[in-house]
Amino acid sequence: MAGKNLDLRRFPGFLPLTLLCLFLLYAPLIVVMGYSFNDSNSITRWDTVSLRWYYDVFYGVDAPKFKAAALNSVSIALMAATSATLIATMAATAMLRAGRFRGKSVSFALINLPLMVPEIVTAVATLIFFSALGFTTGYLTILIAHIVFCIPFAYLPIAARMQGIEAVYEQAAQDLYATRFQAFRLILLPLMTPGIMSGFLLAFIISLDDFIITNFVKGAGIETLPTAIFGAVKQGIKPNIMAISTLLLVVSVGFVALSYFVGRMGGNAKPTTTPKGD
Amino acid sequence: MSRDNDIAVDIQNVTKMYGGFAALKGVSLDIRDNEFFTLLGPSGCGKTTLLRAIAGFEEVSSGAIILYGQNIADLLPNERPVNTVFQQYALFPHMNVTQNVMFGLLRLGQDKATAKNRVGEVLELVQLSDFADRMPGQLSGGQQQRVALARALAPSPKVLLLDEPLSALDLKLRQAVRLELQQIQHQTGITFIFVTHDQEEALTMSDRIAVIEAGQVQQIGSAREIYEAPKNKFVADFIGETNLLEVNVTDLDTGRGSCILPGGVQITCPAAEGAHSGPGHLSVRPERIAITALSKGLIQGTATRHIYLGTDLHVEVSLVNGGHVTVRMQNSTQIKIPEVGQSVGLEFEPDSARLLVD
Amino acid sequence: MAAVPHPNARATSDTYIGFGVPLILPAWVIIGFFLVVPVAMMLMYSFLTKEFRGGVIWEFSIAAYDQFFFDRGLFGDSPPTIEWTYISIFWRSIWQAGVATFFCLIIGFPTAWFIATRTGRNSTIWLFLITIPYWVNLLIRTISMKFLIRDNGPINEFLISSGLITEPFHIINTNLAVQLGLFYSYLPFMVLPIYAAVERYNFALSEAAADLYASRTVTLTKIILPAVKPGIVAGCILVFVPSLGAFLAPDLLGGAKTFMIGSLIEEQFKGNAGNWPFGAAASMILLSLVLIVLTLYARQQTRDQD
Repeated sequence: MAGKNLDLRRFPGFLPLTLLCLFLLYAPLIVVMGYSFNDSNSITRWDTVSLRWYYDVFYGVDAPKFKAAALNSVSIALMAATSATLIATMAATAMLRAGRFRGKSVSFALINLPLMVPEIVTAVATLIFFSALGFTTGYLTILIAHIVFCIPFAYLPIAARMQGIEAVYEQAAQDLYATRFQAFRLILLPLMTPGIMSGFLLAFIISLDDFIITNFVKGAGIETLPTAIFGAVKQGIKPNIMAISTLLLVVSVGFVALSYFVGRMGGNAKPTTTPKGD
Repeated sequence: MSRDNDIAVDIQNVTKMYGGFAALKGVSLDIRDNEFFTLLGPSGCGKTTLLRAIAGFEEVSSGAIILYGQNIADLLPNERPVNTVFQQYALFPHMNVTQNVMFGLLRLGQDKATAKNRVGEVLELVQLSDFADRMPGQLSGGQQQRVALARALAPSPKVLLLDEPLSALDLKLRQAVRLELQQIQHQTGITFIFVTHDQEEALTMSDRIAVIEAGQVQQIGSAREIYEAPKNKFVADFIGETNLLEVNVTDLDTGRGSCILPGGVQITCPAAEGAHSGPGHLSVRPERIAITALSKGLIQGTATRHIYLGTDLHVEVSLVNGGHVTVRMQNSTQIKIPEVGQSVGLEFEPDSARLLVD
Repeated sequence: MAAVPHPNARATSDTYIGFGVPLILPAWVIIGFFLVVPVAMMLMYSFLTKEFRGGVIWEFSIAAYDQFFFDRGLFGDSPPTIEWTYISIFWRSIWQAGVATFFCLIIGFPTAWFIATRTGRNSTIWLFLITIPYWVNLLIRTISMKFLIRDNGPINEFLISSGLITEPFHIINTNLAVQLGLFYSYLPFMVLPIYAAVERYNFALSEAAADLYASRTVTLTKIILPAVKPGIVAGCILVFVPSLGAFLAPDLLGGAKTFMIGSLIEEQFKGNAGNWPFGAAASMILLSLVLIVLTLYARQQTRDQD
């Protein structure tokens, strides 16, 4: 029986295709990372391994530009992620713990709306909006736009975590004379912390990585890290681009991994009983 | 402790609707002060709904819930001096035992020192003093159950609600905890309202039992009353085992009636309040029926099966008119066991049978 | 073990009942005010007149849509003829997105199948491997693809130095480059839904087919594919829709000949040569296309569930 199963699951050629797929996915990234350690000035000839270009990123000609851009990116990401996490937590509480209310079904569509509208359309609409209202484009407009599209990303892990926490804990708290606000603060919130942190980290990296919307609403005088990199690439791929790309790559992967593992911390908030052959 | 005649909880005509479905239909009952009162019934009968209504987690559609003279039906759960031991215990996973047990006390405004003293008291009561610093995840099922109990007892509620708290424990533990719960109830004098579907639990622990089915109270009484004098088919069948004989009721007086058994013999026996004449059911417990010679029996039949249960032997007898009866015989060498296929007579004391409400 | 829930029971999780509206309000305000309103304004702008230096004059006109579809204007001396330039850009975008989706399907389906049929722990590991590249910034991923396939990039360098070809294999700035870029950007979106569908697939069906003398190919086409179709469709949508409006891949990897919607729209808002109403109109058309695709998909979902 087992042998037959294995047979039915296997199709010839699927394994090579999978390996090809993985190769296609990793090759460009690995090549970039490899060349970032290339000592040569050209990016096509391979020389010795060195950290020269990393040094260049931090201390070279373009360094101030990248530093300013990175500072903008990080500060915007911090604020956007914080705001989005706050809003998403409240929204998740409303959707999962507040029974029926008017507009609930529409709310779900609304929270996911930023994910469904193509990025370029969001970018155009936001630019038009700020222009029509007379807001000068810059730091603030970027921040606002980021908060909007960070909300669904923060919402996902938070809602997932909240759904996994059974409501019986908050009921037990109320049974023991806690007000609803106390039940939220002392019971639900602590149990949700992994989800909230995970949502924050995810929102942070989404904001940090954003290019299209940022590019549209930023105006002329300001750069974030992705827009600075893009601008540099337009002038031709230089080795320090490889280095800064690798740095950003590592940061992105690191943050998402962190978000994933943080979310799984704190175990399962199950009501603690294991049935013994009920 | 002497039993007061104060009514702890007075449920007055409570109905609970979920859309078109009635989970509770006009339920009325009194629970006395210092009583161990059990709500007994099968899954889905409404017993948990009633308990949650008392706790405040369900709004009643109509009716009143009077707690020591005060109608609490409109109060939020945290405004009612009633505490619950949840079926899944629901110990706060991020707090240790002491913090769990202390929770209610702090919410009521006690300072940490006083609260901690009380926690010590209650943990001693449930014999878990050594576990004060453990996290819930480090405790066994039985220990978690005791922490849940301690947590609910700490604020000295007027009434303690227990929602099938023993169902997750294995048999031996369950039996030990039953005794402990009874002892604690006697010691503290708190009124216990206990929900279970296990009739053995109900019979062994309770002062009084309310049997509930399909959202309605079927019967309220002590264990003995319910077992010996069931009112209707449901109660007779749900509590212990019984045989339901199809009979024709001829006469009825207060508490007694006459009926014609399958096979034609007429007897006079006790009748439940509300029984009526015509076709009906007679309840006779398996242990009250004896196998005798064909001619001497009130009913005649053929033995069809033996079921060996160690201490007992159940013999299934198929009746002349098509019904069947289970007879419980002790597994003793002195009693003669009928062979399968043998024609037998069944006899019983008419006073141990009962005409039921149909 | 847990109490049996009543058939129509109110959810026991309604702890904060009554607080729904205030809690959801911030999300409504932020998304409503900064996304829904802007899109509405964009719709409005598409019906305004363009200002020379970018921006708009508040005067109603259908010039934007006019310019998009017709070459001499609806109201003129001679009857209008269809302007194909912009329509063809849209058509090309649909084509590119379609080809990218096809690539993703060809590679993604076997990959998803393979991963889903690994046992337990291994399955998760493979899944991780597939999704980790996606965690990298889209810009970086596109840049690295560009770096790889350019004329004097590592691939060509390798091919030339090993003597396989004499001149660089010109991929960059072609349709193929853009398709590769899109494929690279959105492949995990194809793999994940198919993986989920295959995971739920009941292998007893394959066994039954084999028992009834079906060959592996027949089992695949007649049994497996219909069963995992929802996953395949979801994957295709998740790749096609973003590809349609993509900007980075066409811009960095393509050239003048591979102009797509994203670049067309971007052009309208940069510098002084821009035409805001036209850009808004093009965005509206793109948005409508996407909404149509999503609605059709949603309709088919509800129909399938009947």
